[in-house]
Amino acid sequence: MAVTDNLKGFGVTFRHLFRKPVTQQFPEYKRPVYPRFRGRHRLHRHENGLEKCVGCSLCAAACPADCIRVVAAENTVEERYSAGERYARIYEINMTRCIFCGYCELACPFDAITLGNDYELAEMSRDALVYTKEMLLEPSPAPRRTPVAPVDPYDIPAQDGLA
Amino acid sequence: MPDGFIVTLIKSFVLVNLVMGLFAIMTWFERRLIGRFQVRLGPNRVGPFGLLQPIADLGKLIQKESLIPYGASPFLYLVAPVISLFSALMVFSVVPFGGEATIPFTDYQIYLWIADPNVALLLVFALGSFSFYGFLVGGWSSSSKYSLYGSMRAVSQLVSYEVSLALAVIGVVMMSQTLSLTGIVEAQQRDGIWYIVPQFVGFVIYLLASTAEVSRIPFDLPEAEGELVAGYHTEYGGMRWAMFQNAEYVALIGFSAIASILFLGGYAGPWLPGPLWMLIKMFVFLFLSIWIRSTLPRVRYDRLMTLGWKVLLPLATANLLVTSAIVAYRA
Repeated sequence: MAVTDNLKGFGVTFRHLFRKPVTQQFPEYKRPVYPRFRGRHRLHRHENGLEKCVGCSLCAAACPADCIRVVAAENTVEERYSAGERYARIYEINMTRCIFCGYCELACPFDAITLGNDYELAEMSRDALVYTKEMLLEPSPAPRRTPVAPVDPYDIPAQDGLA
Repeated sequence: MPDGFIVTLIKSFVLVNLVMGLFAIMTWFERRLIGRFQVRLGPNRVGPFGLLQPIADLGKLIQKESLIPYGASPFLYLVAPVISLFSALMVFSVVPFGGEATIPFTDYQIYLWIADPNVALLLVFALGSFSFYGFLVGGWSSSSKYSLYGSMRAVSQLVSYEVSLALAVIGVVMMSQTLSLTGIVEAQQRDGIWYIVPQFVGFVIYLLASTAEVSRIPFDLPEAEGELVAGYHTEYGGMRWAMFQNAEYVALIGFSAIASILFLGGYAGPWLPGPLWMLIKMFVFLFLSIWIRSTLPRVRYDRLMTLGWKVLLPLATANLLVTSAIVAYRA
C-alpha cells in the first residue's frame, strides 16, 4: 500500500535522526590515507646526505602531463650534490598539471622520487604551485601533515594462498 | 480598546523583524535538521553550532552583483521578488500571537496582533495566492524558458491546490462560525477541543495542500532543479534571489502559524504565555515540513495534478458535506 509504505519511510528517516552523524570534521580530524596513496612528491637522499637524483630526466620523459622540468649539471669535487656524475640543478614539478599517476616514481632508476601522502596542496596563486627542488627534497621544509593507515592490513603477498 | 496608529506601526515593525529573524533561524534549523536526518552534522562552523550561518549567507548574498538578464523586462524583473515577499509578510498582519498583554514595567495594554478583521482567513488565502503573482511575473519577465516553465507550473499548482485548501479550511470555519482568527481560537476554547480532532481529514488535506502552496518538497515542482534549473528564480541572483527564498520561508512560517491557529488551538494553552504556545505549535509544523522534506522525493507532475484534483478535492468536498451535516444537526 502506498500510504503505509510512505509512513514506513517516515519511520526510517526518524530513526536516522537519532544516529550519530558519520561526518568527519576535516581540518581537525584527518582520516588516514591508504599506504599506497599518491600525494605530494618527495625527493630522497642517501644516508650520507647526498641526493639520490642524478638529473637523468627519465621522470620528465615518463610524465604524461609534462609537468616535470629537470636541468642537470655536473658534480664537481668542491660541489658534490649527488652520488652520480651529474645532479639536478633545477628540479621543478608544476602541481597545477600533475595528475599524481606515479609514472615518475616508476621511471626513476634510483628511487629518488616517490609520491608521498600529503594532499592539502591549495595555494592562493598558480606560481606558488610550481614546486622547486628545495620544497621537494627531504627533509622537506613542509612538515608531513597527512596520517597514514597501518600498512599491515593492506600488505598481502601477491602469491598468498596459491602455494 | 483598539491600538492607535503609532502603536500599530511599532507593532508591525517589531513583528516584521521577528518574522525575518525567525526566517533566518529557520534556514539554519532546516539545514541542521536535514543534516541530522541524513546522519551528518549540517553547518557548524560559523558561530556556536553554526548559528551565525544565516548572517554569513546574507553577507555573501549582499556582495553579489545585481544584474538584469539580457531581454528581461527590467521593472517587472525587479518588482517580482518584492511582490512575493510583501504578500508573504502581509499574512502575519492578521495572525494573533496571543490575547491582550501588558507591556512590562508599564500598565499599557496592547493586543498581540496587528489587526483582527472578521474576514482574516479570507485575507490570508487572498495573500497566499497573491504571492504567486511574484513567481509568475518573475518567471515571465526574466526571458528564460526555464523560468517561464517554473512560473507556469507554480500557477497551475496554485490553482489546483488552492481549491482543496479553501475547502479543507471551511470545515473549521463552519465549526467555529467565524472567519476571524482570534474568533477561531476562542471557539476552540469554547468547544473544549482542538479542531484537529473533529477535522482530522481537513487537517491532512490542509497539510498536503499548504505544502503544495509554499512549493516545498514533495511538491516543489515550480523549482524542480532536476529539470528546470531553479524554476522561476533561475535568472535571479544575490539579494533578489534571497528575497524569493525569503518569501518562500516566510510563507511556510505563515502557513504553520495559520495551521496552529486553525487546528491546534493557536495561542491558547495552560501555564505558558500565549506567544510561547504559538511558537511551540508553529515549531511542530515546521519540524513536520522538514521531516517531510527529508523523507519524500519530488512527485511527478501528472501525479501532482492527479493528487490535487482526483484525491484531495473529492476528499475535501466529502469532509465539507459531512461537517456541514453534523453542524446543521447539532444547531
